[in-house]
Amino acid sequence: MTDATIGAAAGTGAAAGEIAANAPQRALGLHRELDRAWANAPGWRGQITAVSHTTLGLRFMATALVFFAIGGILAMLIRAQLATPEGAFLDTEIYNQIFTMHGSIMMFLFAIPMLEGLAIYMLPKILGTRDLAFPRLTALGYWCYLFGGLILIFALLGGVAPHDGWFMYTPLSGANYSPGVNADVWLLGVTFVEISALAAAVEITVTILRQRAPGMKLTEMPLFAWYMLGTSVMMLVGFPPLILASVLLEIERAFGWPFFEVARGGDPLLWQHLFWLFGHPEVYIIFLPAAGALSTIIPVMCRTTILGYGAIVAAIVALVFLSFGLWVHHMFTVGIPHMALAFFSAASVLVAVPTAVQVFAWIGTMWKGRPEMHLPMYHVMGFFLTFVMGGLTGVMLAIVPFNWQAHDTHFVVAHLHYVLIGGFVFPMMAAAAYWMPQITGRARIKGLGETAFWTILIGFHGTFFLMHLTGLMGMPRRIDVYPDNPEWIWLNLTSSLFGFVMTIGFALFALDLVLQAWLGPRSPRDPWRAPGLDWAMRLPPPSYNFASLPGPGRLDGGAQAAQGLARGEGLLPGAPRGRREVLVTGVGSARPEFVAILPGNTALPLGLAGAIGVFVLMMLSGLYWLTLPALALVAALIWVWARGMARGRDAAPVEVAPGLTLPVHTHRQDTLGRTGAVCLLLADGTLFAALLFGVGFLSVVALGWPPPELTGDPELGAGLIAGLVAGLGLGVVAVRLGLRAQGRGGAVLPAAAGLLANLVALACLGWLAAAVLDDPTRHARDALRGVLTGYVGLHALIAAGMAAFALDQARRGEIVGARAGCLPAWRLWQDFAAVTALIAGAILLAQGAGG
Amino acid sequence: MVLLLAGCDGPLSTLAPAGPAAGDIALLWWGMLIGSAAITLLVGVLLALSFGPPRVRPARYWTHGWGLGFSLVVLTTVLVAGLWVGERILPRDDGAVEVRAHAYQWGWRFAQPDAEGGMVETDDTLYIPAGRPVDVIVTAEDVIHAFWVPQLAGKVDAIPGRRNLLRIEADRPGTHEGLCAEFCGLGHAAMRFELVAYDADAPPDALADAPPAEEFADD
Repeated sequence: MTDATIGAAAGTGAAAGEIAANAPQRALGLHRELDRAWANAPGWRGQITAVSHTTLGLRFMATALVFFAIGGILAMLIRAQLATPEGAFLDTEIYNQIFTMHGSIMMFLFAIPMLEGLAIYMLPKILGTRDLAFPRLTALGYWCYLFGGLILIFALLGGVAPHDGWFMYTPLSGANYSPGVNADVWLLGVTFVEISALAAAVEITVTILRQRAPGMKLTEMPLFAWYMLGTSVMMLVGFPPLILASVLLEIERAFGWPFFEVARGGDPLLWQHLFWLFGHPEVYIIFLPAAGALSTIIPVMCRTTILGYGAIVAAIVALVFLSFGLWVHHMFTVGIPHMALAFFSAASVLVAVPTAVQVFAWIGTMWKGRPEMHLPMYHVMGFFLTFVMGGLTGVMLAIVPFNWQAHDTHFVVAHLHYVLIGGFVFPMMAAAAYWMPQITGRARIKGLGETAFWTILIGFHGTFFLMHLTGLMGMPRRIDVYPDNPEWIWLNLTSSLFGFVMTIGFALFALDLVLQAWLGPRSPRDPWRAPGLDWAMRLPPPSYNFASLPGPGRLDGGAQAAQGLARGEGLLPGAPRGRREVLVTGVGSARPEFVAILPGNTALPLGLAGAIGVFVLMMLSGLYWLTLPALALVAALIWVWARGMARGRDAAPVEVAPGLTLPVHTHRQDTLGRTGAVCLLLADGTLFAALLFGVGFLSVVALGWPPPELTGDPELGAGLIAGLVAGLGLGVVAVRLGLRAQGRGGAVLPAAAGLLANLVALACLGWLAAAVLDDPTRHARDALRGVLTGYVGLHALIAAGMAAFALDQARRGEIVGARAGCLPAWRLWQDFAAVTALIAGAILLAQGAGG
Repeated sequence: MVLLLAGCDGPLSTLAPAGPAAGDIALLWWGMLIGSAAITLLVGVLLALSFGPPRVRPARYWTHGWGLGFSLVVLTTVLVAGLWVGERILPRDDGAVEVRAHAYQWGWRFAQPDAEGGMVETDDTLYIPAGRPVDVIVTAEDVIHAFWVPQLAGKVDAIPGRRNLLRIEADRPGTHEGLCAEFCGLGHAAMRFELVAYDADAPPDALADAPPAEEFADD
């Protein structure tokens, strides 16, 4: 039987409800067998080699809490400075570093990693699987987050932290006005951290789409998964513009290629567009997971089901799309014509509609049920009060004339804290109170949590409510003294005093968490009588989550489903083959399709993150030549990483339930890896689109155009561009020939041809850069030509690497029969590289191949 | 209420307007504040009512009635009001006085007409005739700054390479304070200026004494 027919047979035999139960086994035996395959290694080695989503999710959240504490201390320093009009507590340089770091830490090192940690920890449990799709990627993301965060913190301790505000406007953040290493720390450190955001986004998307329990249709999955799907797609599309902007600014700072400098054809507004193209969706990236927690918690606390599932899903989708259409509302004062602003004003106002739909659906859920005031519900109430007010001031700020007054004042500071603490921190505290028994297996110490809640609530509103007025009375953001404005003194002093109250509240909250984890009494298995699969397991959760995987009929029993699953009555029971196995299901239908074998514990992610860290440090030190060996190390480790997934032998199909036998993923082309590659290319494509936006924006809007004449030989240039595109195009043909020859194991020749084609493309590109392109420091047009060429070159280089990997695999006999090896991934990449090269080549030719 | 309004006073307060644009925006603000307070109260009441016995309303009552219907009505109202105010306060071709504000790290250079109509240059003080619309051409020397006189109008950014336009008007003669609103580095907090609105029939001596304005860098 070929694999295709196995898959087809599985598909037809696995309609929902038709999967028979496995025979029950002894739960303890299953547990031992599974734990041997899934548990972290013992001791400190286990800490650096762990790839488990439970371990890493918790570690993400714990690290994010540490950064939250650091950011909170910085906030207290700011409030101490502003408590009096001529605070001599901090000097201006340090003050500027502190408010920049407060914003950057809270956004990039607290909020985003916190939501990633929650999703990484919860999603596999909620969806009924044993781990995320790419466990090593989870670990890589964590190390990148930690190392990038440490670079920022060490810079702060060394007094060289970024000091240009968390949105780093050019030209202030350019080399002329910020000559030190400060701005580089931000650009490189934050981009380093963003690797973890992209990694998390890819695997969250793939896990939600392909690893839901059999029978859990997309249209019926828990709302938390819908929220996280919206979030991860937004991250895939939202982060690339920021990454591009950071790379461009770093290139401008390090090598003098102008993108934002007016005198050489750049435009500072390009930075603002790219930054807010990320920065506004970012707000919803932070809000959606929090809303997902609320949609999970509110019905349970009200002993009912969520009201308006379909409307909420529609609202999520609407938010995902709308949030990319309103970045300009951060730029209402840059001089864009009023009628154009009106469009973005309307879009900004419109985004309140799906938010309102959700808020009223939650209120309707409470009406329908019987709300019980447990601790999570306190924080839900704190959310409602705070977030509704923050949303309303958001609508005010979306109104153009009012924005002209309030922009860049403390009114905005108050608004954004109402939205972020109301829309993220309160829901996260509700989530913590709700899931702590699940995480620790312990019940909380009574009373402390309520005290913390009231202290935070009073402290928060005491700090920020009057701050709206401070702003309306004219106090701008980011000033450290105000000697001429006695009318602001009482407002600032009040904010500072309550700020310290809020800090005490957060300290109590942290203490509550620690005490619960350390000293709490054992929690009952279902403290909230919740229906989700996250409660259908032992508490605290075992390393493998489910001894057997839930299927149709076991998806909403909550803790009641736990026993049957632990006895192996569900699908794919135990780990009889000693491997980490999960089920992969269809995107919409959730029919079981095949079994994926996940990689085990390894220190490779730590090594790769370390190598990337060396690259970042070399860039920071200005030792640009030493970045090359670091990059070579990165490439070598990625090769080793990919080798870890290569399989030299056929794997026998696996019986996951009586009468249901599924192939193993190495025999399939639609693997998790392929879905992941599609997600990555979505992000990569967005980066390319953002780059094209930059080319168009500068060509049309910037001053200092038209640029100086091109000087290269036009005929040579056109020929080389044609050669470049043709080489990549031949690679496209080669990989297809390889897939055709895969069955008989004849991929060696096509892979070699593909490698050669990509090398020819690279040679053309190198020649183009050396002989035809003008000095990129001359003008923004030339710099953009350099970046386009570099983008294509990087993709051609990676395509060549993948062809070489395929060649190696083919020679080892790993590409034969149904095993395609890396060919499907290479095909995706090669197609993408060829198409982007075609577009980039067309732009280069349109600008002129030469003088 | 009086005490509260008195508390809103101040030389940089948007709530103590002294010109038509700032006046319109302050009115818009008070309207939006009242509406927001009412909505916050409404949500509070709806939440409080949920603690009674369970009441079943069809999902559409909440998601479509409140979520879509109610919010769209409120938002459309605010949006239209905002558009109307926004259009009213824009610069238009009505023979307004033209002055220039050039921002640098860290200070302001202004050019304004003197009694004879010639442009004269001043540092950190801008002179405009009261009761007449004035268009400020805002430019920057080095990094991004923002020109803001809260009692007269909203703000506009001063961006290298760009000439932004802002319409201001002072109702009566008097002195108003202005500042740079966009963070611009170490001297940001001290980047203040004064705006003197003078009786158009009696220009101040300072204008007569000021040197003629030179062309600015980006001309």
